[in-house]
Amino acid sequence: MERYRTHVMICTGTNCISNKAWEIKEALEAEIAKRGLEDEILVVPTGCDGFCAVGPIIIVQPEGIFYQSVKVSDISHLVEEHFLKGRPVKSLMYVPPGEKEPIPKMKDIAFFQDQRLIALRSRGMINPERIEEYIGRDGYKALAKVLTSMTPEEVIEEVKASGLRGRGGAGFPTGLKWESRKRAKDYPKYVICNADEGDPGAFMDRSIIEADPHLVIEGMAIGAYAIGASYGYVYTRVEYPLAIKRMEWAIQQAREHGLLGENIFGTEFNFDIEIFKGAGAFVCGETTSLVTSIEGRAPEPRQRPPRTELWNKPTVINNVETWANVPVIILEGAKWYSQIGTETSKGTKVFSLAGKINNAGLVEVPMGITLREMVYKIGGGIPNGKRFKAVQTGGPSGGCIPESLLDLPVDYERLTEAGAMMGSGGMVVMDEDTCMVDVARYFLEFLNSESCGKCSSCREGINAMLEVVTNICQGKGREGDIEFLEELGAAVIDASLCGLGQSAPNPVLSTIRYFRDEYEAHIRKRRCPAGVCRELIQYSINPEICTGCLLCVKICPNEAIVGEKKKPQTINLDKCIKCGACYETCKLKAVVIT
Amino acid sequence: MPKIRPEDLDRISEEMRRTILLRQGAGRVRVIVHMDTCGIAAGGRSIMKALMEEIEERQIKDVLLITSGCAGLCNREPMVTVELEDEPPVKYVDLTPEKIKRIFKEHVINGQVVIEYTLAIEAKG
Ligand SMILES: Cc1cc2nc3c(=O)[nH]c(=O)nc-3n(C[C@H](O)[C@H](O)[C@H](O)COP(=O)(O)O)c2cc1C
Repeated sequence: MERYRTHVMICTGTNCISNKAWEIKEALEAEIAKRGLEDEILVVPTGCDGFCAVGPIIIVQPEGIFYQSVKVSDISHLVEEHFLKGRPVKSLMYVPPGEKEPIPKMKDIAFFQDQRLIALRSRGMINPERIEEYIGRDGYKALAKVLTSMTPEEVIEEVKASGLRGRGGAGFPTGLKWESRKRAKDYPKYVICNADEGDPGAFMDRSIIEADPHLVIEGMAIGAYAIGASYGYVYTRVEYPLAIKRMEWAIQQAREHGLLGENIFGTEFNFDIEIFKGAGAFVCGETTSLVTSIEGRAPEPRQRPPRTELWNKPTVINNVETWANVPVIILEGAKWYSQIGTETSKGTKVFSLAGKINNAGLVEVPMGITLREMVYKIGGGIPNGKRFKAVQTGGPSGGCIPESLLDLPVDYERLTEAGAMMGSGGMVVMDEDTCMVDVARYFLEFLNSESCGKCSSCREGINAMLEVVTNICQGKGREGDIEFLEELGAAVIDASLCGLGQSAPNPVLSTIRYFRDEYEAHIRKRRCPAGVCRELIQYSINPEICTGCLLCVKICPNEAIVGEKKKPQTINLDKCIKCGACYETCKLKAVVIT
Repeated sequence: MPKIRPEDLDRISEEMRRTILLRQGAGRVRVIVHMDTCGIAAGGRSIMKALMEEIEERQIKDVLLITSGCAGLCNREPMVTVELEDEPPVKYVDLTPEKIKRIFKEHVINGQVVIEYTLAIEAKG
């Protein structure tokens, strides 16, 4: 038995690591040893805690004290004050924006309060590299249950009854998918975990694997038993080294414990898993491309039907988060699970909250929560008192939802009706300083470079849309451009083979739908209302506010700002390159965009 | 390593129970040791060590040890507060390792307050 009195849980998700979590862990261990507390206090690396905006994060248990933005230089004080003398350190605690008093405990912080954890159930709780800790939280009990007391048919019924739908994008009912592959009588069969996660800014799946790899392995083993597969692949990308390392280690530990391999739990069931590292192209996340990639060919999508099959054998492909839900459904029961969520969308969904939002990070919420709750309660609202403009859901080919629809419940159907989609869970918040035409241009650029080029509608269509949108941003838009984009968008959706082309026009179409006036201002008035598109804006200095502090003069890279010290400055428009450096530097807001 | 059988999962879970309860901040009993500079000077660390030994020797899973700052009675330290679920907290003062071991056995494990070491009794007498 472990005798430690205190466990110091340090987040070692990718974000906290890039902010020196490993160095902090080392410093903690050294300082704890220096104070002779090494038999009393254990430092535990965990997966992502979610509140990335305030990382690196440390949670001290059993008290549940939450420390944020921790630096190596804080450690000596922290160990002496809290761990030795029992006085929690206020200066490292979280203070909500606009407030003064720190909140000592994690459970009292708004960011964590409305979350509901299933896929992330062990986040911040376990060391992902120790299988005992996973087992200590009921790990592998669901697998034991299905192997010793349930038929494959019963497992499939349970998953069907739970209402679980795919978390990777399309939202297909998981139980139905399994049932159709179970019926196929061709062996061997395969299960695949889609951990490609190529959406820019998305880190849900990577974080689930980094935090709790055994949960995914257990889910896959249950799925394999249900359909009669004996081999599985985790398809990920070389860009996710930590997820790969933790998954490799987990697979090895599971094998050593006989939880992968032959005769699992002494039954007839054999199952093993291998990691496949893709090179990181967005289209590889699409199932038909993914399968060709594993087979060693260039990843191009193909027409369906026939179904997606690896080596022409019956194959089930599910997303990381989908697999992670399965053990919990088996243990808690379909009835319990289906009480969470809405009529058509059951359970929870993991989102990565990013963009212009105070509490950026990873959250898991019950389906049906409103966008408003996500943005204002969990997300803590928009920084610097700016106005909310839109939230983009569904990854690069998702859609932008305006303020008027903030009370929309998060559910597959509602998001699609609004011209966006659930996607895999990216959620980017935009404020009043965001130009929606520029946003559409950004996503088109991404999709244009990630289109595999097989279908001309996708290859040429996205390119043509990008050209038109870029022209609009540069003040070269023409009457009729908007209608042209709408028409071309519909054609690209219609004529493309895979989901990439079929959804690529979404960012343009949804921004036209809700922000048509911004397009029109760019085209007719040659104006960018948000002040973003360089060709359409001018910087100037308001002489009534400017005090002549010369900060802007110093930062201007092109010596475009002139004037006497302590007198209002002026911008020489012939020299101004519109980089915006002066605008950002001026604390008095004397630099204005028109 | 031998292959795991279903019943082994329960054994491993039981071995991990203290770890998991501690991380959930969920225990049947919370023993709060008042440390701070004054508590440590009075011998608070020896009280903490004695408590940890008790936990280890008796393989106790559901008792949480928590340090806290000064409770404002520096001259009565070392001092400990014992909190059983659904019961009011009890403060013990002027402790020694021997006294805390007795408190651990009688109060923490068996639920019987060791009245002679409590603050309330001292205050009355
Ligand atoms: C261009 C493109 C990229 C995709 N990328 C991913 C991905 O990274 N991860 C994922 O799980 N699904 C991705 N999908 C969706 C998959 O095709 C598929 O629907 C999903 O993996 C099925 O699993 P699920 O039913 O559990 O959601 C992508 C689809 C398209 C069209």
